[in-house]
Formats: sequence, C-alpha cells, structure tokens
Amino acid sequence: MGLSWWKILAIVLLAFTITAGLLMDVPRLPILNETIRALYFHVTMWFGMILMLVVSVIYSIKYLRTGNLRHDDVAIEFTNAAILFGVLGITTGMLWAKFTWGDYWSGDPKQNASAIGLLMYFAYLILRNSLTDVHQRARIGSVYNIFAFSAFIPLIFVLPRLTDSLHPGNGGNPGFNAYDMDSNLRVVFYPAILGWTLLGAWMSTVRVRLKRAERKMEDKLINQV
Amino acid sequence: MLKEITVLIKKELTLEWRQKYALNGILLYVVSAVFITYLSVGAKQGNLSVPTWNALYWIIILFSAVNAVAKSFVQEHQGRQLYYYMIASPEAIILSKIIYNSLLTLVLALLGYLVFSIILGNPVQDQGMFLLNLVLGALGFSACLTMVSGIASKASNNATLMAILSFPVIIPILLMAISISKNAIDGLDPSVSVDKLISLLAINAIVSVTAYILFPYLWRS
Repeated sequence: MGLSWWKILAIVLLAFTITAGLLMDVPRLPILNETIRALYFHVTMWFGMILMLVVSVIYSIKYLRTGNLRHDDVAIEFTNAAILFGVLGITTGMLWAKFTWGDYWSGDPKQNASAIGLLMYFAYLILRNSLTDVHQRARIGSVYNIFAFSAFIPLIFVLPRLTDSLHPGNGGNPGFNAYDMDSNLRVVFYPAILGWTLLGAWMSTVRVRLKRAERKMEDKLINQV
Repeated sequence: MLKEITVLIKKELTLEWRQKYALNGILLYVVSAVFITYLSVGAKQGNLSVPTWNALYWIIILFSAVNAVAKSFVQEHQGRQLYYYMIASPEAIILSKIIYNSLLTLVLALLGYLVFSIILGNPVQDQGMFLLNLVLGALGFSACLTMVSGIASKASNNATLMAILSFPVIIPILLMAISISKNAIDGLDPSVSVDKLISLLAINAIVSVTAYILFPYLWRS
C-alpha cells in the first residue's frame, strides 16, 4: 500500500512543528514568556477539532440523504477524533492557564464554552450507544450530530465575544496578531494546524477502515449460517 | 399547512385538558421547587441578592420545562403516532409541538414568576423587558427541548438522555436569557439589552430551523 502523499505531508509537518515549535525564536513578552509556544500545540487542537467536526457534520448530512452506513462510519470516527483533540485542547489550555492566569480553571467564558461543547459530544456518544439497531443508531445519531453542531457554533464563536474574557483575542486582550510583530509565529502556526488536522484525519480513516472491515466480517458470518 | 398546525395544536390542548393530572402535576412541580429553594436558601423577602434570585429562577424554569416537555413524544402510544404519521406532515407536527410547548413553558415561567414574587420578593424594575425575555426564552427552550425529546423518545432510558442531550444544547439560550433578565431586573436602559435580545432571537431561529429541517428524518424511523 505505502503511504499516500498527505500522510507523508502530515509526518513532515508535525516533525517540523515539534522541532521548530520548541526550538525557534519566539517573541519575548511579559507574563507569556515561553508559554507562547502553546500556540502551536493548544490553539491548533481547536482548529483541528472544528475542522473534523465540520467533516463529521457533512457526512451526517450525506448519511441522512442516502441512508448508506458507510457515510455514518466516517461521521462517528471523525467525531471521536475531534473529541480526542478537544480533550487535549482543554488540558493544554488548563496547563497554559495555570502558568499565565494562576489557576487551572478560572471560569473564563472560553473555558466554559469549550467544556460545554465537549459535554455535548459526550452526550452524542452516549445517545449512540443507547440505541441498539444499527440503522436507527446511525439515523438518530446523525440528527443529533447536526442539531448539536448548530448549537455548538453560537456557543464557541458568538457567546465568548459578548462577555469579557481573559483569553488572548478577547475583552481587550491582544490576540495573536498583536504579538506577532515579525511573523515568526505564523511560519510554524499554519503548518501546525494543517499537520495536526491531517494526523486527526489519518487516525479517523484508519478507524473507519477497521469498522468497515468488521462489518464485512460480521455480514459474512451471519450469511453463512 | 397552517390549518394542519392549528388542528394539531387544538388536539394537544384538548389532550392536555383531558389529562388534567399531568398539567396540574407540572404546575405543582414549579410551586414546590420554588418553595424548596425558598426554604433551602433561608431567605426572607428581599434578602436574596439579585444575581442569585435570577439564577435560581432560571434554573427552576429550566428543570420544570425539561420535565414538562419530556413527555411530548412519549405520552401517546406507538399506534397513535403511526396514525399521525399517516395523516399529518412531519413539519406540521414539529411546528405544532414547538408552539404548544412554548405556550406550556410560558405558563410555567409566569407561574414561577408569580410564586417567586410572592415568597422571595420581586426585584424586577423593568417588567416589560423581563416579560419579553420570558417569551423569547420560552420559545427557545421549547424549540430545543421538543427536538431533543423527539430524539430521546427513540431510545431507552429516556429521562437521563433527555437531560444530558438537552442541557449542553440549551446553555447558549439559558445564558442569554439570564443576562437579559439580569439587565431587566437592574432596570437598565433597554438599549443595553438590544444586542443580546437579537442574539437570543438568532439562536432561537437557528435551533428552530434545524429542528424543522431534521425532524422529518427522525419521524420516519
């Protein structure tokens, strides 16, 4: 089989992100100091999560239109990977907050919103597991996935901007554009987003293939009897 | 379509009126919840700080609404649902349920407001804004909860699912409603709340439209 080009790209980009992200010069800023490197490992998690959730919603819509279980496999596995990224994003965010704000959890609107977002997707997993019929599970799961996504977007993009937040980029705090005087950060930041997202997509596709293979074997077993 | 919806709403009202125990039960639920809160916080009239009053009020409304709306797809048995499936379009069904449930939630909210005012005092300075916010909040709650109760009714362990599926989805609406009602209680100028009212309206619209689009898929299974 060999590796397709985008998997090689993912490896190259992530190797670059990790070495350059840890070694390259970053702007020296009070309070932030070296924690500004969280940009490459924390902020990128959220970008990856949202991109994968978008993919998942698209496949949920495809499933509802066609009723083909193969689309549902993609939807659930991309959501799983997105949840993993979300959990990593919230933990790295908490570590960063400990060093800069002084507390792991300071009730910041962005922290709260992302925690609620995760609750939404944990509920999605529980909903799927409490349905036994495969088709019903796929259909109702897809309906909730789309419904939750439509509530998730105002939750993370609109609400935190209406209240004051300590988070960079909110409530009068300078965002990453203001820190980034010499575009040093961008050189690593954009490749990092792409790299992590590709890694997430890679994990999801492996699991999708596993799932399809399992279904095929089950079908074979059932049809033999 | 419009005629279908009015007929279905009338059906819901008649059904509710015939099983008065369910309606009375949920009304009593609100009153006892308020009373329990009153005893637990140990507050005399006007003793409670405004943000606490506000938060307690909305939490009680949220829980009563979840309980009231949870039954909207389970109270009628499978056979009758199949009958509705044959005679009515799914769009008419979801719209009529949302409208009926908003009325129910609004009644609950008003009753809760009345009881709150009597036993915990009424700090609200801008009544008009507070009531407008109640109407919008009730609409949003009902749109979200009706859809979720449709989803949860398909699975077993309905009550738990209803709560865990609806709470995260409803939080944007709840937060908006709480902050507008805080402004109304403090008697701030309405222009302060206009932005938030518009966002609340927008979130309501998003939730209702997604419910409207997705319900036919749910109803078919």
